[in-house]
Amino acid sequence: MFVFTQKAKIFAAALTLIGLIMVVIGFNSAGHEAEGHDAHAIEMHADHADAAPADEVHAEEAHADHAEVAHIDHAEAAHGEEAHADHSEAAHADHTEVAHAEHAEAGHGDAHGGHEDHGAANRPWAALLVNTIFFLGIGIGTLFFLAIQYAAQAGWSAGILRVMESVALFVGIPLLGMLFLVITGTMEMHHVWHWMQDGIMDPANPNYDKIIAGKEGYLNDTFFTLRTVAYLVIWAGAAYLLRRNSLKEDQLPEGQNLFFTQRKLAATFIVLYAVTSSTSAWDWIMSIDTHWFSTLFGWYTFAGMFVTALTVLNVLVMFLRVKNYLPWVNDNHQHDLGKFMFAFSVFWTYLWFSQYMLIWYSDIPEETPYYLARFGEYKTLFITMLAFNFIMPVLVLMSRDSKRIMGFILLAAVFVLAGHWMDHYIMIMPGSVGYNYGFGWVELGGFLFYAGLLLYVVQRNLAAAPLKMKNHAMIHESKLFHQ
Amino acid sequence: MAHTEHTPVVRALYLDDDVVLDAVKSLRGKGIKVKEVYSPFPIHGLDKAMGLKETRIAMAAFIYGLIGLTVAITITSYMMNLDWPQNIGGKPSMTWGKNMPAFVPIMFELTVFFAAHLMVWTFMIINKLYPGAEPQNPDPRTTDHHFMIEVAAGEGVVDALKDTGAIEIAEA
Repeated sequence: MFVFTQKAKIFAAALTLIGLIMVVIGFNSAGHEAEGHDAHAIEMHADHADAAPADEVHAEEAHADHAEVAHIDHAEAAHGEEAHADHSEAAHADHTEVAHAEHAEAGHGDAHGGHEDHGAANRPWAALLVNTIFFLGIGIGTLFFLAIQYAAQAGWSAGILRVMESVALFVGIPLLGMLFLVITGTMEMHHVWHWMQDGIMDPANPNYDKIIAGKEGYLNDTFFTLRTVAYLVIWAGAAYLLRRNSLKEDQLPEGQNLFFTQRKLAATFIVLYAVTSSTSAWDWIMSIDTHWFSTLFGWYTFAGMFVTALTVLNVLVMFLRVKNYLPWVNDNHQHDLGKFMFAFSVFWTYLWFSQYMLIWYSDIPEETPYYLARFGEYKTLFITMLAFNFIMPVLVLMSRDSKRIMGFILLAAVFVLAGHWMDHYIMIMPGSVGYNYGFGWVELGGFLFYAGLLLYVVQRNLAAAPLKMKNHAMIHESKLFHQ
Repeated sequence: MAHTEHTPVVRALYLDDDVVLDAVKSLRGKGIKVKEVYSPFPIHGLDKAMGLKETRIAMAAFIYGLIGLTVAITITSYMMNLDWPQNIGGKPSMTWGKNMPAFVPIMFELTVFFAAHLMVWTFMIINKLYPGAEPQNPDPRTTDHHFMIEVAAGEGVVDALKDTGAIEIAEA
C-alpha cells in the first residue's frame, strides 16, 4: 500500500499554490510586459524581410492573412501600401475589441503596435494553454496506454496497471483547464483562437476574413465548446469507469475478474479516442493558426502527448520501485517501458518530419507560413526542441543496458519532457502571441500549478487502493515476465 | 555455438521446452557443463540459464547503421549535388545541406538496409549457416518436436540427465 505522507501532501499543495500565485501575477502584469516590445518588433522586421521569399505570390497572400502569420505579413506589408492600410484597419479593430484598460493607455499610433499588443494580451492565456496541453498529454497518454493494455490483452503490464490508473485519472483536471480557456475565449476575454474574434465571419465587418469564414461550420463558438465538453465527458469518463471496475474487481471472490468488461470498455474508448485525439488537436492547437491546416496534425500532437505520458510513467514506476512499493516489478518491466519511450520518441520524430518535409518540398504559400514563423523568430527554440526530442533520447536510450539503468532513464526523461514542453510551446505561441513570447510568470507558474496538482492527485490515487490488483487475469503472468 | 567433434558428449532428448529449461538449470546447478541445446523454436530465458555470453550484435548493428548513413550521405551529395546538380523541389540551391530534408528518407532507408542485411549476414557467418556449411544438428527430430541437451561426458552425467526427465539418452 502506497503511503501519501504529510510531507508529500504539503509539497504538492505548496507547488500548486505557488504556481497559482505566479499565474495571477502573470495575468495582472501582462499589460506592462507588453511595453518593452517595440524595439524587439523592429528587429523582427529586419529578420523577416530577409527570411521571407520576395515573390509576388507571397505579397498577395499577405492581404488575406493578418493575424495567423502576423509577423511574416508585417515584413510583406511594408512593401505594399494597400496591405499596410489593410493592416492598420484590422489592428485598430482589435484595439476596440480588447477591453483592457492597459491597451487604451498604450495607444500606439502605428498599426503595428496595435497588432502586437493583441499578442501581448494573449500571452498569459497562451502560456496557460501550453501548460494545460502539456499536462493533458500526460493524463490522456497514460489513459490511452492503459486502454491498450486491456484491448491487447497484454500480460506483462498487469503489475503496473494501478500506477497507470492513478495517472490516467488526472486527465480531468487539465480538461477542466481547457474548458476554462475555451469558455473565456468564447467570452472574448482573450484571442488565443483568432477565429473567435467578432465579425471575422461577417462580410460587412472590417474584420472579415474570407478563409476563416469558410470554416464557420466547424469553427464556431457553440460547436467548439460542445466538442470540448464531449472530450471532457468521454476521456474523464473512460478513466473513471476503468478505475471503478478495477476497484470492483478487487472485491470479487478469488478467481473471478472483470477482464472482459474492462476490455470492451477499453476498446470502445480507443475507437472514440481515435477520432477525438485528432479533432481535439485541430480544435485546441491547429485552429490557432486558423488559415493553415495539416492532415497529419492530430497524429503528430498525439505522438508528442503519448511519449510525454510514457516518460512520466517510466519515471514514476522507477520511483515506486526505488521506494520498494512494487516488489513484483523487475528490470524487464522497466526495460519495456524504456523501449516504449525510445520507440515513441522516434515515432514522434517520424511524424514531425513527415509533416515538415511535405510542406518544405511542395513549398505552397498556404502551407509554408507555419514553418516560416517557426524558422524565423523561434528558430533557436525550434532546433533545440528537435535535438531534445530526437537526438537525445536516441543517443541515451539506444543501448539495451541504458534502459535498465536509472540514471540514463532520468537523463532521457529530462530531455524528453523539456523537449515536448517546448514542442507544445512552439505549436501554440507563434500563432497566438507572435513575437511577444518569452518565459515568464505564467509559463513557469502554470507549469508548477499543474505539476503540483499532478503530484497530489497521482499520490492520492496511488494511496487509495493496493498497488497490486488482486484478481486481475494476467497478474501472475506479469510477475513471471522476463526476457 | 560451434560443436566440437573431439570431446565425448552425452545427448539427451526431451519433449517439452519447460522441462528443458528446468533441466539446464538443474544440470548447471550440479556443475555439469551444458555445451549446447537444440530446439525447434527459441526458448525464453534459455540463454541466461545456459550462461551464454551477452551478444555483441547490437554494437555491430550500430556500426553497420553508421556505414549505411555514410553511404547515403556520400551518394546523395555526389549524385544529386556534385556530379549532376539537380533542382530539388523548385529550390535550385545545389547544396547538400539546404536540400537535406529531401535526402532524409534515403539516409533512413540505407541506414536500416545496411544494419539489417549486414546483421543477418554476420549472424549467419558466426553461426556457420552459410551455403555449403556442414550441418551441425545431430538429430533432425530437434527441428520438429523434440528438444536436445548436449553435455560433456563424465562421471554421473547419464544419471543426472535421467533425473531431469529425458526420454532418450545417447553417448557420442
